[in-house]
Amino acid sequence: MAHSLRPAFDRELSKIRDNLLRMGSLVDAAIERSVESLKNRDAAMARQIIQDDAVINDLRFTIEEECLTLIATQQPAAGDLRMVVAAMNIVNDMERMGDHATGIAKTVIRMSDQPLLKPLIDIPRMANLARDMLKRSLDAFIARDAVAARAVAAQDDDIDHLYKAIFDELLAIMAQDPNTIPRGTYLLWCAHNLERIGDRVTNIAERVIFMTTGTMKELNV
Amino acid sequence: MAKFSVEHLDFYYGPKRTLLDVSMEISEREITALIGPSGCGKSTFLRCLNRMNDTIDGTRVVGKIALEGQDIYAPQVDVADLRRRVGLVFQKPNPFPKSIFENVAFGPRVLGLTRDLNERVEQSLRGAALWDEVKDHLHESALGLSLGQQQRLCIARVLAVEPEVILMDEPCSALDPIATLSIEELMRELKERYTIVIVTHNMQQAARVSDRAGLFWLGELVEFDLTGKLFTRPANEVTESYITGRFG
Repeated sequence: MAHSLRPAFDRELSKIRDNLLRMGSLVDAAIERSVESLKNRDAAMARQIIQDDAVINDLRFTIEEECLTLIATQQPAAGDLRMVVAAMNIVNDMERMGDHATGIAKTVIRMSDQPLLKPLIDIPRMANLARDMLKRSLDAFIARDAVAARAVAAQDDDIDHLYKAIFDELLAIMAQDPNTIPRGTYLLWCAHNLERIGDRVTNIAERVIFMTTGTMKELNV
Repeated sequence: MAKFSVEHLDFYYGPKRTLLDVSMEISEREITALIGPSGCGKSTFLRCLNRMNDTIDGTRVVGKIALEGQDIYAPQVDVADLRRRVGLVFQKPNPFPKSIFENVAFGPRVLGLTRDLNERVEQSLRGAALWDEVKDHLHESALGLSLGQQQRLCIARVLAVEPEVILMDEPCSALDPIATLSIEELMRELKERYTIVIVTHNMQQAARVSDRAGLFWLGELVEFDLTGKLFTRPANEVTESYITGRFG
């Protein structure tokens, strides 16, 4: 590590990184718990997820504020500036991921008195993939690892394939028996939220690549 | 289009080489900022551009600096004319202990440009964004002006002899932030008509005001690029370390 002439500035950067990781673990927990509440049709847990989303939202504003203050007072440049700008974008994406977890929780509340249309197999798979991608994208952010970030983005294809499989399967079930449409639609909403979470992680990977290389490029278009 | 083309420039103070193989092109009607730590060679380089270093004994230039294709170190070059074409604004405002009018009129008088002198002084003061503040006090001492006004007067003095290039060596280091911003704004206006090269220790100033920026380090020009790129995506590790305050 190069010798720094700005230890106080470096401490501020570390604080932003730490808060960003904390936010990441809260979002990860929200995704995990939302699918858990879906599996168990646990409305109480779903309500708690919705309530806890406020913490994620607050943390997003806290980090944004820290970034703004750092830009205004310390004038970061080059790699530091890219890191701060990347962090501001990443917290925005993570906040939306929290909203998607909340979206699943809201669906769970609506469907909690009804049995699941089918056993959950691919939806938990999607959730696990999304959580793994989120964790690895944040690892890549900390390690400034563009190669790892690209690998994360590539994994979004797996989520998209699972989503398509779920979509096709549910559509077939609903076509056969229109009585299943409400319950099928609920599951589709949940899968759609997970698919969007995958897209948000791809955005994070793009920001890590930008931060590391200075190149801004949309992935998985 | 390049106003200056610098090729493989070395500069020596006696036996000591303080600029090493500097090559760059300075674009016309742009602001070029030179940054780097003290002693890195940026001011020396700036003063090579109008041969101000000639006044220091024991200095020597190797390589080539061309102004619009003409080698400024060629024997037939009229150095006084070169310095008229390439004016220099110093770190500390240095008005003459004369009236505001006489400060601006001094250069034109020396060069025999006395026709329409009043008009020339007014245009120069307008060009330096000082006219409105001093038009009713033209014959009062320049030393009564604020530092920011004095520096703009020095810029007006340069403008009065119709230069093509304005070199600025830390022009705002003696000024408060408001006066600094007004000089920076003036620079943006001046670049419509002049080529400007500024040496500054203030990296944020370089970032704010320049079109291109170069980092000098131990006598070498380690990176020279568009300012937006240099401050967000520098290609060189030394630049990255310097502008982020980290040294390897």
